[in-house]
Amino acid sequence: MCLGIPGKVINTYEQDGTLMASVDFDGVQQAVCAATTPEVQAGQYVLVHAGFALNVLSDTEAEETLKILHDLQQFNANLTEEDKIS
Amino acid sequence: MSESPKNLRDASLTKAIMAEIQRITTQPWNIMEICGGQTHAIMQYGLDQLLPPEITLIHGPGCPVCVTSLQAIEQGLQIAAQPDVVFTTFGDMLRVPGNKADLFTARSQGADVRVVYSPLDSLKIARENPGKQVVFFAIGFETTAPTIASTILSAQKTGITNFSILPANVLVPPAMHAILSNLANRVQGFLAAGHVCAVMGYHEYLPIAERYQIPIVVTGFEAVDLATGILMTVQQLEAGQHQVANAYPRFVTMEGNKVAQDMIYQVFEPVDRQWRGIGTIPLSGLGLRPEFASFDALSRFDLTQTVLRESPLCIAGKVLSGVAKPIDCPAFGRECTPALPLGAPMVSSEGACAAYYRYHRTRE
Amino acid sequence: MTQPDMPVLEGPNCPLPIKDRGQIVIGHGSGGQMTHDLIRDVFQRRLSNAILDTGNDAAILSEAPGEKRLVVSTDAHIVSPLFFAGGDIGRLAVCGTVNDVAMLGAEPRFLTAAFILEEGFPIHELELIVDSFAQACREAGVELIAADTKVTEKGKSDKLFISTTGFGWADNSLQIGGEQAKPGDAVIISGPVGNHGIAVAEARGNLGFTSKVRSDTAPLNHLVKALLDAKLDVHVLRDPTRGGLATTLVEIARQSQVNIKLDEESIPIDKPVRKTCELLGLDPLYLANEGKLILILPADQAGQAVRVMRGARYGEEAQIIGQVIGASKGQVWLKTPYGTTRVLEMLAGEMLPRIC
Repeated sequence: MCLGIPGKVINTYEQDGTLMASVDFDGVQQAVCAATTPEVQAGQYVLVHAGFALNVLSDTEAEETLKILHDLQQFNANLTEEDKIS
Repeated sequence: MSESPKNLRDASLTKAIMAEIQRITTQPWNIMEICGGQTHAIMQYGLDQLLPPEITLIHGPGCPVCVTSLQAIEQGLQIAAQPDVVFTTFGDMLRVPGNKADLFTARSQGADVRVVYSPLDSLKIARENPGKQVVFFAIGFETTAPTIASTILSAQKTGITNFSILPANVLVPPAMHAILSNLANRVQGFLAAGHVCAVMGYHEYLPIAERYQIPIVVTGFEAVDLATGILMTVQQLEAGQHQVANAYPRFVTMEGNKVAQDMIYQVFEPVDRQWRGIGTIPLSGLGLRPEFASFDALSRFDLTQTVLRESPLCIAGKVLSGVAKPIDCPAFGRECTPALPLGAPMVSSEGACAAYYRYHRTRE
Repeated sequence: MTQPDMPVLEGPNCPLPIKDRGQIVIGHGSGGQMTHDLIRDVFQRRLSNAILDTGNDAAILSEAPGEKRLVVSTDAHIVSPLFFAGGDIGRLAVCGTVNDVAMLGAEPRFLTAAFILEEGFPIHELELIVDSFAQACREAGVELIAADTKVTEKGKSDKLFISTTGFGWADNSLQIGGEQAKPGDAVIISGPVGNHGIAVAEARGNLGFTSKVRSDTAPLNHLVKALLDAKLDVHVLRDPTRGGLATTLVEIARQSQVNIKLDEESIPIDKPVRKTCELLGLDPLYLANEGKLILILPADQAGQAVRVMRGARYGEEAQIIGQVIGASKGQVWLKTPYGTTRVLEMLAGEMLPRIC
């Protein structure tokens, strides 16, 4: 259920009444359905699974993950639930 | 902006996180992942070899191929055998055994069974073959649900009537409830499936974490993602915490993708569903809403009720819920191997039994 | 009373059989004039040589190279689609058999081929394929010395099947085979893997991607000759076709009763092949290759072997990817970039794209 990889939207277009996106994965191109991410723009990155864009890569990108790692060094059992859920 | 940056596969970073896990672990912990993709990645990178021996990863029923009910497979085989039917499915379903045949067998007997990469390909086949009935085997968790819902909406919008689905989608939260409320449950922490959560968000896990007092960490699929998710889970376990946390923020937010969720629930509604080897879990599947009932293959075709015969040797249910290990099964490695699987967890390359089969051999 | 209009007699007007329908019909398989015309116009025009041109049903070979052993191999080719980026069934048919013969250290010299055509198959496509077949023969330096064509009714075959048999001679002194791998040997691959499998998958067109990956289909006999001319102590040569690198190494490990350990990071894989595999859930180690070879030989010759290969056509990206470690029942282990190890199994059945 989870084979999804990120790719860059080159352009969007309509086909048979459905919003599609041409997505580039480091040189490999695929026609992907963007019905589930209607707001996506060319230049943004999307997570693609079974020919559909599932979500748009958040602005803060991978640096968020690395920030987590940095924060983990200061993991504190007293952090509130709110602090945890980002 | 970049895609999966190389450093998320970085070996030294992964090992550093693993070293941190080793440092803070003071007692044994059992952590389950319910995501076939995560199980596959763990196997591929050998990540559980890097974990301290106290941490046990239990591979939960996260592979939709493994948990699709025997009944659904038998129904699929019956539909595929009908004249003028094109039966379309994701590739890994072809080897899943029914009572005595699989879809490969059906194809060899003349059934038109085709592998598709996306449900939209199935719709395209329907459009190009108006004289045939095209059926899509709708399996998967919440990750494939919006794609299938979108395809049905597309079919409806463009007036395609020769397309239908065999509904078999399942939902993660009810499965977690079923596992955690089992008296023999050993699971103490969960890695939540990153791409399911990309669609659904993770607000649904808050009541689960609270009710069962168990930490749940949304985790991705690269080596660093997985190591980070495990680290965050162990940290909570060591500190006696039971929060929902997000180790995959680049694609997951608390709310998830609302457009996708609306699409799912426009077309589908929760129904009881049978999980192979486990049994019926209430409201754990997706069925078509009455407005879309015409897309249900089960009502389009006249199917006979088959007597279902699971192998008496296969203990898939116990394995999938983490109660038993694959090596506890009497048939493991003997009657049941990846080449001749008795049950679903041996069929799929990320089924718990197939994974163990490979591992077990390295350690000899 | 007027005469009814009589036709003007302008001369006989016979309905001659249509000479050029542009596609194969059952008559082409009858053995009669149509068959002869097809052979002359499509095959002989492209594949002429002294032996084939004698026009007999069998070939007489008067070559008798002395202190050598005869090596023979046969293959059937049913690839679909017939044309893909980087190759076609014609090139594949020649290279597949040339390579099988070369993998035993023999120099391939002759081919025979049987072409099974389906009624309705376009002749111009057949011409393109035979052109490619002929060009591959020239590149490999082999001659087609006997051939046959048959035509099936429409629906009883799939456009075109080709079966080829290849012959060559190998030095008596050579001991090359899958059972010859020894503990301590180095394992070398001649270049990146997975390209052919992806190119064919893409040509089928139903997986919705464009990668521009080209099949690596190529004759490897000259590369093998370069290795043998360098007097290297070659133990094993095999081309990782169906089942891919992993399956082929498992076969060798079992034949030789040894364990093989591979270093995942050393295995060359082109980026678009890797990306496409990630996208579709395929494993490049199990995809077919039609222009690569595995070489196993003593470790102290590995460096020289790589140099020889990199200086030869089709070996430019040769890499050492692992070693043979100890006698055992035959397992292949892969060391991941994380320092962990997993066992590589043989491909169980058909490789299926994953959804999970």
